[in-house]
Amino acid sequence: MEKEEKPKGIIVGPLIKLASLPKEGWAGWIVLVGIIIVLSMVIITIIGPFISPYDPNAFHTGPLFAPPSSEHLFGTNHLGQDMLSRVLCGGTTMLQVALLSVTICFIIGVPIGLFSSYIGGNLDKVISLVMDSIYAFPGLVLAIAIAVMLGKGAVNMALSIAVIYIPSYFRIVRSQVLTIKEMAYVEAAKAIGARNRTILARYILPNVIPSIVTVATINFADAILTAAGLTFLGWGVEVDIPDWGWDLYYGRQYISKAWWIIFFPGLMIILLALGFTFIGEGLSELLNPRLREGK
Amino acid sequence: MTLRTYVITRILLTIPMVLLLLTLVFVVVRVLPGDPVLLHFEKRADPEVIEEFRHRLGLDKPLWEQYVDYLWGLLHLDFGKSMQDFSPVSVQIFSAFPATLELAIFSMLVAVGIGTLLGVESARSYNTPKDHTIRIFGIVSYAIPVFFLGIVMQIVFGIVLRWLPTGGRTYPGMEPVGAYIKLPFEFFGIKEIHLATGLYTIDSIFEGNPMKFIQALRYLCLPSITLGLVLSGVFIRLTRNNMLETLRMDFVTAAKARGLKERVIIYSYALKNSFLPILTMMGLQFATLLSGAVLTETTFSWPGLGRYIFTRIGFRDYTAIQGAVAFFAIMVAIVSLIVDILYAYLDPRIRL
Amino acid sequence: MQVENLKTYYFTKQGVVRAVDNVSFEIYEGETLGLVGESGCGKSTLGFSIMKLIPPPGKIVNGKILFKGKDLVELPENEMRKIRGKRIAMIFQDPMTSLNPLMKIGDHIVETILTHENVTKEEAYTRAKKLLDDLGISRERINDYPHQFSGGMRQRVMIGLALALNPDLIIADEPTTALDVIVEAQILDLMKKLKEAYRLTLILITHNIGIVAEMADKIGVMYAGKLVELSKTLPIFEEPLHPYTEALLDSVPNIKLSEQTLKWIPGSPPNLLNPIKGCRFAPRCKYAEKRCFEEEPKIIEVEKNRFVACHLRG
Repeated sequence: MEKEEKPKGIIVGPLIKLASLPKEGWAGWIVLVGIIIVLSMVIITIIGPFISPYDPNAFHTGPLFAPPSSEHLFGTNHLGQDMLSRVLCGGTTMLQVALLSVTICFIIGVPIGLFSSYIGGNLDKVISLVMDSIYAFPGLVLAIAIAVMLGKGAVNMALSIAVIYIPSYFRIVRSQVLTIKEMAYVEAAKAIGARNRTILARYILPNVIPSIVTVATINFADAILTAAGLTFLGWGVEVDIPDWGWDLYYGRQYISKAWWIIFFPGLMIILLALGFTFIGEGLSELLNPRLREGK
Repeated sequence: MTLRTYVITRILLTIPMVLLLLTLVFVVVRVLPGDPVLLHFEKRADPEVIEEFRHRLGLDKPLWEQYVDYLWGLLHLDFGKSMQDFSPVSVQIFSAFPATLELAIFSMLVAVGIGTLLGVESARSYNTPKDHTIRIFGIVSYAIPVFFLGIVMQIVFGIVLRWLPTGGRTYPGMEPVGAYIKLPFEFFGIKEIHLATGLYTIDSIFEGNPMKFIQALRYLCLPSITLGLVLSGVFIRLTRNNMLETLRMDFVTAAKARGLKERVIIYSYALKNSFLPILTMMGLQFATLLSGAVLTETTFSWPGLGRYIFTRIGFRDYTAIQGAVAFFAIMVAIVSLIVDILYAYLDPRIRL
Repeated sequence: MQVENLKTYYFTKQGVVRAVDNVSFEIYEGETLGLVGESGCGKSTLGFSIMKLIPPPGKIVNGKILFKGKDLVELPENEMRKIRGKRIAMIFQDPMTSLNPLMKIGDHIVETILTHENVTKEEAYTRAKKLLDDLGISRERINDYPHQFSGGMRQRVMIGLALALNPDLIIADEPTTALDVIVEAQILDLMKKLKEAYRLTLILITHNIGIVAEMADKIGVMYAGKLVELSKTLPIFEEPLHPYTEALLDSVPNIKLSEQTLKWIPGSPPNLLNPIKGCRFAPRCKYAEKRCFEEEPKIIEVEKNRFVACHLRG
């Protein structure tokens, strides 16, 4: 059964929910850990510039290719830049791209899903077919194709990633809507003569939101990983600011010589993706408890 | 619905899907903003040269005509011409494809193998730390970018431990050539058949050369384990859920009541019931596998389609990329078709 | 077999469910004990407890189950496994879901035989075929799958599986509940025949008093996890001692009367999570006194081999 609670205020409500998570067992823990990781990452990104020991862009802060030491905790790269500083400050691009692509996905995928499944008929069939085809296609390959055609750049990358994941939103929204559409209270609303728009907004949408949130968090993780993949293949966002993705790309050439160049930024990317994945997996367990203990 | 009807229907349904995918590819490459030819030259050539180039590739025709040519060509297995040297892309695709196929097969084996084993263990120790650890492992393995894992593997097993090679498909000079079978009589002018699949493991068996076989396996190790590990998370979860559900069923309790050993119950009763969903999942994961293959092949210098795309990106060879991506689309459709038919064949409800 | 003070509780998130609360009885070789009660009274849990197959979060909390000189409660799992199927066997309620849909029925039987006895496959198959004869199933069907049989036939297979190794005790958990009345009669007939032929000891768990009347030598009535009455069959029907038994018998319509109002027991089955202090049947009992709500009645032997737990009788 779907819960339709209204949070008690924007800050207090979520905090209360957060504190009660561990009670929900394993899934609750996972969500909590995920949230902690993500928040830490975001905080690091924000305060990074203020706490990094060196200027991440400065060359020759130490010997080139210096291994991790007390002076350079994460070593230096081929330009003598301090890796620790780069790691602390390098998250912005990735986060931005991921955030942008998730937002685009959301803005496009959810409404299309809502309307298509609600209205039904041939339109729905056609759109579903298109979405299923995109969904069936290897994501990265499609993203590569699109990104390469659009050219480099943060927005273009976000767009290419967004296209691959729109079908995910579409499907989940559609499956929910189809179920809810048949329920008694929707029929009742129609009988009273409520307009379609109202029905969608007030009856269907609130029940769809939990699933969308779950999909969004996993989407975030996927977006980060795909962005990292694209960057690794050479189609990264070219920026002047430190960027984990870029370190990945350049670090690749120096693996045997200086593994730390690629390792630590890579680790950060993993942690970020992991954080979101934990939240998403935990949430999906919580919202759809598949198996209950005992009879 | 009989099996035959189902198969025919399913094949017919694949056609619109393939068409849609191919159109999608076409739209991305030709219709999206960005002129492939200009991008190729990066605005660094004379207008005449560009026009000549465009003409040779057939890119100056009206869009709908290009679309028809594209589809028509695909029907004849013509995947376009490379921007680099106007050579047919299909040749390059078909020579790179077996490598990717081999990688895909072994990676899937690793993924399903690890996935089912861990999934069973996880289900057996439901709600214990072991269960939780395995579940977390499944989630984490999925979150690791496959190229990162690949690099770590390379460092650990290739550089530090020096157990396994870090790149390439086999030791130089050890490429299997398959077997040549002489026919007892001439058959339309053919005197012998060349038995080769392009898969090094199989071809070395045809050739009867154990050394080549071992080398091929050695080189396959790291890339397929890497890709397989990343993919295994899904199978862990699937097996675990399936097992937990099946283990709660009455016939399992009844089997226990007859004193059957736990191992028998788990493998012979519960796991057998999970077989079909695993098969379906294998089909669904094929697309993910291909995506992962691109990164894996790049990391391990594996000469497959994935790496082909990667190098073509470097050369800004957009027509080649289009051809390769179209090939991917067809591959996905075919695999999906095969899995569906296999499923229908094996599902007792449809068969009986 | 002797069951002493058996307590099996389910430890759920909502609390502890006392499914079997301090139940004791004896069953002798060759006897058929009928356990009756409404749904949720704990009779099935009792059956599972003897087999030690209680699903989580259930556990045996207290008590002894003495069988052939051993206490089953204390027995380690690998020892218990050898007993299951071979010395104590179980027949389940729903034959549709209790058989492995992917296994031929012949294989079910053969597998059971091979698990416990060191015989060749051929011998196991021969025994399986003979078993099918006894069950009234045609031998050719040994290679058929469960879904190719009707409900009645499947239940015969289940019975066969229980009999395959000639166990000392068979527990039948609602063996005919899932079957229609005509098939039910056939199955009961079969069970009676086999009971005599194999000289079985049987615990028959059911909510249908009619069946136990036919089949059982002695009857135990359960209510809310407790055994409220235990005695030989005839005396219970002639003169039920416990108010619940009385009400139960009363509620069975009499086929001979043309017009009658149906009697039922007012109230609803109690919550096993928070049992009340006194006698659990008190809220629905028409003879209830103040004492009944405060003190739980202990089971006492009113006459020879007649046990009851009720303040009225002791």
